[in-house]
Amino acid sequence: MSILKHHAKLETNALLLMVGILLTVIIGGLVEILPLFTIQSTIEKVDGIRPYSPLEQMGRDIYVREGCYLCHSQMIRPFRDEVERYGHYSLAAESMYDHPFQWGSKRTGPDLARVGGKYTNDWHIRHLTNPRSVVPESIMPAYGYLHHPLDYGDIAARMKTLRVVGVPYTDDDIANAKADLVAQASDSANTDALMQRYPKASLGKKDKTTAAVTEMDALVSYLQVLGTMVDFSTMKPDAIR
Amino acid sequence: MTNASVAENGQSGEVYYNDLIQKFVLAAVFWGIVGFCMGDFIAWELAFPALNLDLPWTTFSRLRPVHTSGVIFAFGGNVLLGTSFFVVQRTCRASLFGGRALGNFVFWGYQLFILMAASGYVLGITQGREYAEPEWYTDLWLTVVWVAYLVAFSGTIFKRKEPHIYVANWFYLAFIITIAMLHLGNNLAVPTVIFGGTWWKSYSLYSGVQDAMTQWWYGHNAVGFFLTAGFLAIMYYFVPKRAQRPIYSYRLSIVHFWALIFTYIWAGPHHLHYTALPDWTQTLGMTFSVILWMPSWGGMINGLMTLSGAWEKLRTDPVIRFLVTSVAFYGMSTFEGPMMSIKAVNSLSHYTDWGIGHVHSGSLGWVAFVSFGALYYLVPVLWRRKSLYSMRLVSYHFWIATVGVVLYITSMWISGIMQGLMWRAYDNLGFLQYSFVETVAAMHPYYIIRATGGGLFLVGAIIMAYNFIRTIKGDIRDEIPYETPAAVTARV
Repeated sequence: MSILKHHAKLETNALLLMVGILLTVIIGGLVEILPLFTIQSTIEKVDGIRPYSPLEQMGRDIYVREGCYLCHSQMIRPFRDEVERYGHYSLAAESMYDHPFQWGSKRTGPDLARVGGKYTNDWHIRHLTNPRSVVPESIMPAYGYLHHPLDYGDIAARMKTLRVVGVPYTDDDIANAKADLVAQASDSANTDALMQRYPKASLGKKDKTTAAVTEMDALVSYLQVLGTMVDFSTMKPDAIR
Repeated sequence: MTNASVAENGQSGEVYYNDLIQKFVLAAVFWGIVGFCMGDFIAWELAFPALNLDLPWTTFSRLRPVHTSGVIFAFGGNVLLGTSFFVVQRTCRASLFGGRALGNFVFWGYQLFILMAASGYVLGITQGREYAEPEWYTDLWLTVVWVAYLVAFSGTIFKRKEPHIYVANWFYLAFIITIAMLHLGNNLAVPTVIFGGTWWKSYSLYSGVQDAMTQWWYGHNAVGFFLTAGFLAIMYYFVPKRAQRPIYSYRLSIVHFWALIFTYIWAGPHHLHYTALPDWTQTLGMTFSVILWMPSWGGMINGLMTLSGAWEKLRTDPVIRFLVTSVAFYGMSTFEGPMMSIKAVNSLSHYTDWGIGHVHSGSLGWVAFVSFGALYYLVPVLWRRKSLYSMRLVSYHFWIATVGVVLYITSMWISGIMQGLMWRAYDNLGFLQYSFVETVAAMHPYYIIRATGGGLFLVGAIIMAYNFIRTIKGDIRDEIPYETPAAVTARV
C-alpha cells in the first residue's frame, strides 16, 4: 500500500494535516447545500404564499420561543396515511418565508403544517390554556401564561430584519405594522387594508380574557394560518412534481 | 502509543498543566449530573404532564434544549476539551501552547458559554434550531472561545517534540475544525437589535428548505464530529493506554479516519427524508449514510481489536469494561443509523421515539461510557492518587448504567415502532384506525420505563461522583480487590 506511505507527510506536518481535514469536510456540504439556492425547481411556483402578517409573525416568534417544534412537526410527508390525517403533503414554497424553518424532527404531538382552520379559535385558547380540558389523554404542557399582553413594540424592527434576510415586506407593510397587528386582533377594526396585504389572515379577538392583545392572540393567529395559504385550485401538478 | 507520556513531566522538562485538566474533569462531572437530571426530569414530564408545573421555565419545550445542550456541549464538551488538552500535551511531549493563561481562558470562556446558552433557553431565548439553539450573542462568544481552543490545541501540535502527530490528535483536530465550520455556517443570522429591536432575537439568513438542509448539515455533524470524531480521539488514546496494548491497526486508522470525516458530512439529508427537500439531496444523503457504516465499523474494529491478548481485563478492570462496552455500543448504533437512513425504514422510524432511542444508544452507550472510562482513568492520574477510591463502585456504576441504557433503548424501540405502525394502520373499512391521541396514550408505559432507565443512568453517575470525591480526598475503600490479570493467568 504505497499510498499509505505518503500519509507520513500529513502526520508530520500539522498545517498540511489541518488543511487536508478542512478540504475533506467542506465538500459534502458544498455539493448538497449550494445547488438548493440555484436550482429553480427547488421551490415550487404556487399561488397564495405570502409573508406572515405582523400578528402572525409575533405568534410564530412565540412558537419558536416556547420550543413547540420539539414536539410538533410542520412537514407532512407524501404518504397515504399522512395526507388523510393532515392534508396535502407540504410544499417547499410553504416555508419559503420561514426564518428559521420549523419542520421539526419529532411528533410527540401531531403535525401542525395544516392545522390552520381545523379547530375553532376558542378550542385553541382552551387547549393551550389547559390541553387536558379538551384532550384528556394529551401530555402537552399547559401554556396558560400566554394570556400575558403581547409586547409588540419592536414588530417593525422584526419585519425590517426579516426583510434583510429575504422576506419581501414593503415599506407600506412596515409602516402599518403596529396598526395591522392591533387590527387583526380586534373585533371591530377596519381590516380591508390588512386583508389586502395579508389575504386569508385569521381575524378577530381570540383571547377573551382581556381587551389587550395577548401572546395567545398572536400564537392562535399564527396557528390558524398554517397550511392555508396555497391555492390548490390553481395549482398545476407539474409545478410540484 | 510509542513513547508518549509515561511521566508527569515530559522528558525534556516540559510542564503538563494538570490543574487545568482537573478543572475540566470536575466541570464534566458536574454538568453531566445536571444534564442527566434534566433529561430524566423531562422524561418524567412526558409520562406525567403535571410535572410541567404550568410555569414558563419548567415546560418540556423549554427544558429539552437545556438537557440536550447540557449533555452534549456541557458534559461532552468538557470531556472533549479536558481530554484533548491532556492527550495533546503528552502525545506531543510539549506543554500547552499559550500556557495556563490561554487554557484558563478556554475553560472559563466555555463555562460562560454554557451558562449563557442555558439561561437563554429557560427564559425563551432561542434560535429554534435543534442543537444550535443559542442566540447570536452566545454564538459569537463561543466563536471567540473556539478560536482560542484551536490556537491552544494546534499550537501545542506545532511545537511538538514527537515527529509524528498521534492518531488521537487527528480526530481532535477534525472535531475542532469541523465544528468551527458548522457553527459558523449554520448560525448566520441577523439580530433584530440592529433595527432597534430586542437584543435577544435574530432571524436566520436562510429560510425553509435551504434552512432545513443547512441545519441538518450542522445537526448531523454535531453528532458526527462532536459526538463521534472527538470521542474516537478519546478511544484512540485511552483504550490502548488502559489496556496497555498498541492500537490494533495503524493502516486501518488512516483509512477509516479519512473515510469517516469525508463521508459524515454528506449524511445530513437523512433527517429530511420525504420532506420538501428535493429528492436528489435525500438520495445523496441516504447513499452516504449507508456508506458511513463501513468507516464507522473500521473505528469500532480498531478499538475492540486493541484488546487482543488482553481480553481478560474485561473481568478484572471495570474501567476497561466501560471503554470496551462503549465501543460495542458505538458499533451497534452506527449500524442502526445507516439502517434508519434507508428511506423505506425511515418512513416508519422518522418522527417517532425510535429516533430518540437511537440517539441515546449512541450518546449513553457510546459517548457517556467512553467518557466515564476516560474520567476513571484520569482522576487518579491527575490528583496523583495510587488508585481510585473503589473499583467495586466502578463496577456498580457500570452495571446500573448498563441496565439503565438497555431499559431506555428497548422501551424506545418498542414505542417508536409501535407508534409508527399505529399512525399508518387502517381498519377493515379503509379508515385510519387510530386517532393521533390514541397513539400518544399508548406510549405511556414506555415513557415510564424510559424515565426509569434514565434514572438508573443518573444514579450511576452519582456513584461515580462519590467515587471521585473520595479518590481526590485520598481515601481507599476497604474492599476485596479485583484479581490482577497476572493472578488470573497464573491460576489458569
